Amino acid sequence: MLHRAATVVLVLMLAAGGHPAAQAPAAATAAEVAHVLNRLTYGPRPGDVDAVRRLGIEAFIDRQLRPRSIADAALQPRIDALATLALDETTMLRDYFEPARREQRERQGARDADAANPAPPRAAPSTAQRNNRLILEELETARLLRAVFSERQLEEVLVDFWFNHFNVFAGKGPTRAYVTAFERDAIRPHVLGHFREMLEAVAASPAMLFYLDNWMNGRNRDSQAGQQRVRGINENYARELLELHTLGVDGGYTQADVANVARAFTGWTMRPREEARFRFVPALHDTTEKVVLGHRLAAGRGIEDGRQVLDILAAHPSTARLVATRLAQKFVSDSPPAALIDRVAARFIATHGDLREVTRAVLLSPEFRAPESYRAKVKTPLEFVASALRAIGAQVTTAQALTRTLRDLGQPLYFCQPPTGYDETAATWVSSGALIARMNFAVDLANGRVRGVALPAIPTPDTVITGVLAGDVSRTTRDTLARAETPAQRLALVIGSPEFQRQ
Amino acid sequence: MPTRRVVLKSGAMALLSVGLAPSFLTRTAHAAGTRRKLLIAIFQRGAVDGLNMVVPYGESEYYGARPSIAIPRPGRDGGALDLDGFFGLHPAMSPLLPLWHHGHLAIVHAAGSHDTTRSHFDAQDYMESATPGVKSTRDGWLNRYLQAADDERSPLRGVALTRQMPRTLQGQAPALAIGSVKGFDVHGGGPARESFESAYADAADRVLNGTAREAFEAMRTLRQRAPGRGYRPAPGVEYPRTLFGAALQEIASLAKADVGLEVAFAESTNWDHHVNQGGATGLLAGRLTDFSRGIAALATDLGDRMADTVILTMSEFGRAVRENGSRGTDHGHGNAMLVIGGGVKGRAIYGDWPGLAPEQRFESRDLAVTTDFRDVFAEIVTKHLGASAASAARVFPNFDINRARFRRLL
Repeated sequence: MLHRAATVVLVLMLAAGGHPAAQAPAAATAAEVAHVLNRLTYGPRPGDVDAVRRLGIEAFIDRQLRPRSIADAALQPRIDALATLALDETTMLRDYFEPARREQRERQGARDADAANPAPPRAAPSTAQRNNRLILEELETARLLRAVFSERQLEEVLVDFWFNHFNVFAGKGPTRAYVTAFERDAIRPHVLGHFREMLEAVAASPAMLFYLDNWMNGRNRDSQAGQQRVRGINENYARELLELHTLGVDGGYTQADVANVARAFTGWTMRPREEARFRFVPALHDTTEKVVLGHRLAAGRGIEDGRQVLDILAAHPSTARLVATRLAQKFVSDSPPAALIDRVAARFIATHGDLREVTRAVLLSPEFRAPESYRAKVKTPLEFVASALRAIGAQVTTAQALTRTLRDLGQPLYFCQPPTGYDETAATWVSSGALIARMNFAVDLANGRVRGVALPAIPTPDTVITGVLAGDVSRTTRDTLARAETPAQRLALVIGSPEFQRQ
Repeated sequence: MPTRRVVLKSGAMALLSVGLAPSFLTRTAHAAGTRRKLLIAIFQRGAVDGLNMVVPYGESEYYGARPSIAIPRPGRDGGALDLDGFFGLHPAMSPLLPLWHHGHLAIVHAAGSHDTTRSHFDAQDYMESATPGVKSTRDGWLNRYLQAADDERSPLRGVALTRQMPRTLQGQAPALAIGSVKGFDVHGGGPARESFESAYADAADRVLNGTAREAFEAMRTLRQRAPGRGYRPAPGVEYPRTLFGAALQEIASLAKADVGLEVAFAESTNWDHHVNQGGATGLLAGRLTDFSRGIAALATDLGDRMADTVILTMSEFGRAVRENGSRGTDHGHGNAMLVIGGGVKGRAIYGDWPGLAPEQRFESRDLAVTTDFRDVFAEIVTKHLGASAASAARVFPNFDINRARFRRLL
């Protein structure tokens, strides 16, 4: 259990001096360090607890908040080998997505023309199809490799968090071709940067423009009888921007605000099948006056309407509260204390949405290290799978089998269909089916039956229990382990144990 | 597109040809009432466009508001399938027509919530908790039904064929969420299963320990009773080869295995059509084809068990009356629900039709709500599942269950 006294001292120091000075880490117990590692990283590897103990918890947190200061040499070549990760949306569309789509249409056409022969033989995937699959295979592989092997663990946890906050669904048409650049350019550079900048990077990203339809959002034109309307208002993005990205559903906006925000973003578009790049098209923009949350947007303007809306939203107290609540839920507990949310929201306002400082406020809060927070959260499927691989020092050559596991556990990467993203709380992730699927992953992993994953040597359960679970497992778990017959069985029981499902 | 007459005929033929009609449609005396009652809830996530699903073709306003996506009047190319001279089904829903004509499909139109949210997340939450406007409700209404009627314990009373536990079934009563019945066992068989079971049985972790207990009990029951990998639907029944079709087939297999199933849940996704939703063909039509073929297959597969079954469909809200600037529809309010079963007074559209003229709409833009969805839920919970008044009151907290408001679907 954690020592409240130590944290109180820390908080007093912070209140007095801002950044944590080099801290005397003597008080940190193994459980305390394991707790910090479980939340800031995808779980401790054997040896991590001791290393962070030596370094000091506060120094570790500070270093993780400055990921550029951490060398990541072992991971980088493996990421560099995934060629599509560096491509822009237009190239991805032209060379990887459209050829497969064209081919599919031609095949469909041939099938329709030959209705008497309805069952085409199942051909091996063509080059075009393989390339199209490669987009997500490489993206999923990169996500898993980074979760397991990156030294910049907090950054990876935050990329997952913010991608989920601004969720896009790779299954919606050409979004698939845009999602790689979305994570790389709109999310990753900003997770410890400024919220306002991330907000605009997302708003202008082909992935979000397509996923929430704003590329179709244009000013209403008076339709004359018989004349086809070309474009008109589409309020999908506007609503989710207010509800999910910034203010929150109870953040104090009305249907009229939604409509006016939609008008402010008319003309923020792109050509989704040709060059998937943001463009502002003045001819589509509604230039009449708008009122958004009481702010008057004067008539006759262009792209600055949308930008001003983002300014208003990024500075709004409801946005501060939403971001504070979400981060606290991610790092502290499913129902974070109101006082914590208040403080973190205040930090958001005071720093104009500097996410490094906002995140720091959560991680250095007494609530983060309070006894109630210890193992208070159930791991998401990604956290469970990555933490298992880290705990046993597994090598990963291909990630397809792991991707399938995540689907079975209810968290297919990049395929969360609704704009809400995945829920962060335990109620979502603790279901009978998912729990059994976790046990099965543990059994398969321990027996070397997960394709693309190699175990250098089966680590002893003691290594995992001491090094990863900080020696803190129940009597029952120990008794069950003692009865198991083989090392693989014992390892499976540890990875599938109740203790290992929590963080 | 086939004409309505052709569809009708082929639909009826399909039913007769699989030998379903006699047992299910005449409700043989020995079957009805003796088996455990079953409710199958189907959630259309993303807000289906109810006005194009159950089309008010008798309203000229409908055509005025939807110049490029309206479903034509019956008899025209791609026209609605006439139900009662005013409403028609989307043509992609022809698989459900036989159920309508045999009196087993009822529709409640302009149903929904008094809460005005147009947020998918909140509206789904309200529909699944059945406490619109109240976010603090911790459990779902189907789980509260299981809590209230706790006379018989089967680990398989409430099952969701989803990988995550839906809000509707979250709560204190045991319930199961499984991606598939087939894959629901521990790899490595008996020894691994027993080890995990004992590791979780005494765990201090209440949440994980409870869920695991339910899982292992359910597995035991399934091993004893369920047909396992060998389930074959009734002859002639073909479920769509989609996640939705697979989930409904699993529900049928559980229902037929007599494992004590009372409440089953499946979801159909991808109804949020802001862009190019299409009319008689296109995006929405594709989703409705999957939806209708799946439900028709389920009803046929369940055969005479449909006498004790109600299939209820729901979606968080409807969509705006006017199409938007992208030939799609934005979020709206009132919607249509389908109620199917042997005991349903079908071949009827229930609820007061509010009309589509601008002054008749909710906030001048959406189909108004004239039936609270809780009145539909409550009628099914009391009259079909047989919950007492006291039990039903616990299922629908802070809601005045007034039988006079029931639509008399059952």
